[in-house]
Amino acid sequence: MIVGQQKKAEEIIKMLGEDWDSLLIAGCGTCVTVSLAGGEREVEALANLLKIYYGKKGKKVTISTDTVTRQCDFEFIDDIGEKIEDHDVILSLACGVGVQHLVERHPQKVVFPGLNTSFYGATTGVGEWAERCVGCGECILDRFGGVCPVARCSKSLLNGPCGGAQDGKCEVDDDIDCGWELIYNRLKDLNLLESLLVFEDPKDWQHYRDGGPRKLINKEYYNE
Amino acid sequence: MSEPMSLLQKKLEAGHFVVCSELGPPIGANVDFIKKKARKLVGYVDGVNVTDNQTAIVRMSSIVAAHFAREEGLEMIIQATTRDRNRIGLQSDILGASSLGLNNVLCLTGDHQSFGMDPGSKNVFDLDSVQLIRAVHNMVHKGVLLNGKEMKVPPKMFIGAAANPFGDPFEMQMMKVEKKIEAGAQFIQTQAIYNLDKFEYWMEEVRKRGIHEKAYIMAGILPAKSVKALRMMKTDVAGMDVPDSLIERMEKCEDPEEEGVKVAIEIIERVRKIEGIRGIHLMPVGWEKITPEIIERAGLYPRPEVE
Repeated sequence: MIVGQQKKAEEIIKMLGEDWDSLLIAGCGTCVTVSLAGGEREVEALANLLKIYYGKKGKKVTISTDTVTRQCDFEFIDDIGEKIEDHDVILSLACGVGVQHLVERHPQKVVFPGLNTSFYGATTGVGEWAERCVGCGECILDRFGGVCPVARCSKSLLNGPCGGAQDGKCEVDDDIDCGWELIYNRLKDLNLLESLLVFEDPKDWQHYRDGGPRKLINKEYYNE
Repeated sequence: MSEPMSLLQKKLEAGHFVVCSELGPPIGANVDFIKKKARKLVGYVDGVNVTDNQTAIVRMSSIVAAHFAREEGLEMIIQATTRDRNRIGLQSDILGASSLGLNNVLCLTGDHQSFGMDPGSKNVFDLDSVQLIRAVHNMVHKGVLLNGKEMKVPPKMFIGAAANPFGDPFEMQMMKVEKKIEAGAQFIQTQAIYNLDKFEYWMEEVRKRGIHEKAYIMAGILPAKSVKALRMMKTDVAGMDVPDSLIERMEKCEDPEEEGVKVAIEIIERVRKIEGIRGIHLMPVGWEKITPEIIERAGLYPRPEVE
């Protein structure tokens, strides 16, 4: 899923400015709900906080809330289409995809991002998420024992570790596991260590961001 | 075997035990700084590495600094890390370096940018060190670029790689060394050695795998002038193994600089006896002026001449 982190209240308040009377805080019910950043609960909490803030300041505002299933589908955005049009500004607590999709559906509206979109990750503990994939567009997990060197090695090395790791920890930070040690341990368990000697060609980064913004069409379903 | 690409390769092929040292380019555009440092090394070394934005700190480019040092009469080894340049930039620089008469290259991944003063910079790592070695090998020996384009005048490069005998896990690190040689590395310069027992064990494993017969191995020597420097290396430098006994020895001594030289000479004497070690690579970080003294006292002066 996409993991997000809510921006600090001060940043949000500064971003919103003064030039509005009504604000809709729009949550997203999928990924960022799971990462406890932009779901219904966070939307309500932020609304309460902003109401107190503007109340104390003496600014008369209307702050409404709503959370849709997914902001990355027009179908769900349209559930609150009228509400969006009724408010001066929108604060989206979806990931960057959701924010832009709102903008696309409501081109006349000012939409602010309430989250920082962090990464694609998994839940690794209570209140903890970790990056597992960068979306390189050409999956190579088959050759690395199911541990991604692109996402989990700080240098995205494909032909083995650098010399900087110590005690299984990355040279960048002791909190980061050396991705290559994870690959090594996994291949050892699978009795596939010899595969570490296979030369891995330079990756074709065109499938990643380096080929420009990506688009996918499934011809079976696509309606021109 | 094909014709040697460089003077350093000639010396190694002639069977000489070689001495390489290192020169760090300035943070600034000071040419005299390089020339002065270079002149002090003339006659004492068979090759001088010029680091490539080491520890991810902006410095004068390795190739340009190497060019100026070469003008003073030194044989140079440029360093190329994959951190800052993609395959286009790296190959372009290999062509440029060769055309300047810089015909040795050490291919590295490079320290992560979080080590330096620009942790917010975007890293590149388009290639890794093994892929870079293969790319340079194909440029030099097959006359083709990574994209398959043929060159009428290919570059000339004697290709080197780094190895860390103290990196974890041991077996995986060893496999990476094998991979580098398979990709085209002709010489290896090791991480600085303080833990000799561990290094000897590593060399045993190197010999078992026949690595020493496929590449010239130079042992890394880093003379430390203070106990503070040693402690810093132990805790802050990625992949270093500094035994506590050595730190104690430096603590107890009266003249740390003299002790540092002695330690370096002892290490040189011990690694010279190891089968498969074909030279040393001195890296007196921040203490470059000590290089001639160490080389003389280790009995490695004067350096051999080759035709």
